[in-house]
Amino acid sequence: MSDIDSQDDSNMSADDAEKPSKDGHIGEQSVSGPGGTPKTSLLEARDPDAFDKPTLITTRSRLAKDFRFRVMCILTACASVLILVFLLGSILGAGIPTLSWTLLTGTPEPEPENAGMWPALMGTLWVCTMCALITLPLGIGTAILIEEFTPRNRIARQVLALIQLNITNLAGVPSVVYGILGLTAFVSMFSLFDNSDNADGPSMEVGAVYYDQFSNVASDPFIDTGDTEAEERYFLFPVETRDAPSTVPKTGMLAYENSEGGLKEVEIIAIDPFADDAPTDADALSRTIDSTSDPGRISEKQWYYLRLPFGRGVVAGALTLMLVILPVIIISTQESLRAVPGTLRAGALGLGATPWQVVWNVTLPSAIPGIMTGSILAMSRAIGETAPILIIAGIVYIRSAPQHLMDDYTVMPLQIYNWTSRPQEEFHNIAAGGIVILLAILLTFNAVAVLIRHRMQNKLN
Amino acid sequence: MSSTITSPENKAGSQLRTQHDPDSQMATVHMRTDKPHTEPAEKDATAIVMEDLSSWYGSFQALKSISLNVRKNKVTAFIGPSGCGKSTLLRWINRMNDTIHSARATGNLHLGDLDLLASTTDVVDLRRKVGIVFQKPNPFPKSIFDNVAFGPRLHMKLRRNELLDIVEWSLRKAAVWDEVKDRLHAPALGLSGGQQQRLCIARTIAVGPEVLLMDEPCSALDPGSTLAIEELMNELRDQYTIVIVTHNMQQASRCSDETAFFFEGKLIEMNDTQSIFTNPANQKTEDYISGRFG
Repeated sequence: MSDIDSQDDSNMSADDAEKPSKDGHIGEQSVSGPGGTPKTSLLEARDPDAFDKPTLITTRSRLAKDFRFRVMCILTACASVLILVFLLGSILGAGIPTLSWTLLTGTPEPEPENAGMWPALMGTLWVCTMCALITLPLGIGTAILIEEFTPRNRIARQVLALIQLNITNLAGVPSVVYGILGLTAFVSMFSLFDNSDNADGPSMEVGAVYYDQFSNVASDPFIDTGDTEAEERYFLFPVETRDAPSTVPKTGMLAYENSEGGLKEVEIIAIDPFADDAPTDADALSRTIDSTSDPGRISEKQWYYLRLPFGRGVVAGALTLMLVILPVIIISTQESLRAVPGTLRAGALGLGATPWQVVWNVTLPSAIPGIMTGSILAMSRAIGETAPILIIAGIVYIRSAPQHLMDDYTVMPLQIYNWTSRPQEEFHNIAAGGIVILLAILLTFNAVAVLIRHRMQNKLN
Repeated sequence: MSSTITSPENKAGSQLRTQHDPDSQMATVHMRTDKPHTEPAEKDATAIVMEDLSSWYGSFQALKSISLNVRKNKVTAFIGPSGCGKSTLLRWINRMNDTIHSARATGNLHLGDLDLLASTTDVVDLRRKVGIVFQKPNPFPKSIFDNVAFGPRLHMKLRRNELLDIVEWSLRKAAVWDEVKDRLHAPALGLSGGQQQRLCIARTIAVGPEVLLMDEPCSALDPGSTLAIEELMNELRDQYTIVIVTHNMQQASRCSDETAFFFEGKLIEMNDTQSIFTNPANQKTEDYISGRFG
């Protein structure tokens, strides 16, 4: 060891002294080419022995280079950590004092002290859950097709290559562009369908039940009820579609009434105020309807209520976010599928597995940790995405959590954006509080996913 | 074939030698000749017939008009320098070359009545009949039990105890049962290289193949594991037709009945292993086995 060290030292002093001339000769040598006779005067002037004795790079200079590089790495790492600490510190400093139960569970109010982000929180949950349910099967399926079921046919392979090129390019498109695409493709669906907000057009919808609502005659000023007083009640008649003609009530018909235990059936009495007299019995009177009055058409929507076009609802938002994260999920899934050793596939094929059995039993289980990492990153991006939602949803003043897939909604980043753009200082502070909540949700989400991934990885190895 | 897997005679007869004394490596050849052959009637039956088989990767011709027969219940060794086409030939026998888009073949290749090159051949069923063991041990990242049960689960609906029987029989047959019986549900990747390769052999025979293809099964293993696998081939030959590709000529001479020598995509010579190694007909064969090239 000591022998080598001393050799290095002696070499280094010579090395330093000769450095400029040597640099020149190395450059010239590569120009004249190996084995070629040197022609320039500069080369002729050089010591011919240098050809045969390659100069050693000393251990010390290599270690110095190593040290410099390590210091550089530490500095860059420190810089990024410092920036993160500063950002987090300022957000936490402003946000934590404003954290309160009201901020979490309240609705957006004009007064900052009463304002909360519950609708935005629920909106984020609805949109991102929908988005994950749509995007993960679609993205992972596409990646499996491209990676595992590459066709033998040349034209089909070229089509797949074209799709691949598109996916790679789409990953770099700014998300606001996807917002505009989502507006055209999902919100208005290229105006292919009549807007169902417009009552006189046909609409395709599922998950909604329509009722005609009548009030009883208790508050009707034109009907003489004598001395009998009746409490105000409302009765519902189910109708087939939203555009069906209004129900004409007749005595003896059964109507629904909202009561504590849900809908209750009630037999009603219908009278013509110009022809008939109102019953004088209090119970009968409370079930009496003016048959000439116009009902109100109301609807009860299930959580899966869907109609075409999607409008500015949760589904349109989820589909637009799908556009944003689909390329990311496809590419990361492809990468993790590629990382599965081909010998495993060959092993399974050699045992007589069909291509699908290979994918399902061997390739996918091995690739799942990688696929999950990509999906977590993509979903985190979806949770934080603002620009496309701003274009798609438009409205930010939403006072209730979404009730069904077509409901108006807002998401947390949008609510935060809304608060920061107000002039009052207090709103800026609760915006910081909102950011803290958003960060907490993101971190929880990631932690759970990392935990699941670890479990799976341990199971595999 | 599933009946052979579960039959009790097989289980009883699968007590394999596990001693690893240094002499047995030398003695293998003699021990084999001493052993009485169980089915003399089928001694010369042909399992695989190749006639004028040529194969290309794109425009590169890897095999040039190969004609040979592989005999049933024998160990046939393919030897030759790297790139001579022996692995390509092996991979045509169970159509593993289908995974390579540019690979194609002409000529005749039959396993019994089955035309192996026909596009109508059910490759999934073919690979159940013709198992393959690769150069590098490639157990799935699952438990030892699940590795062996993988193939049977693909092809058969089995109850838990039937599956257990198959797994035990296969592991015994592959001479790895005693080492893993107490940790069947431990990850297969925790085994040593030699154990992993024997596990892969167990996995392959668990499906009940007729033919076992071995693509340099010992080139990634230490001498001890190599010996264990060579002994295993001796045990298995009674039930399977074995084709082994090897770079190791000692291995070919130790454990094969017939040897085929390939060079630059052509079959140079095929004969009894003893004749090939003691009295080769072709000068190239002699040069290769005596180590003058390759």
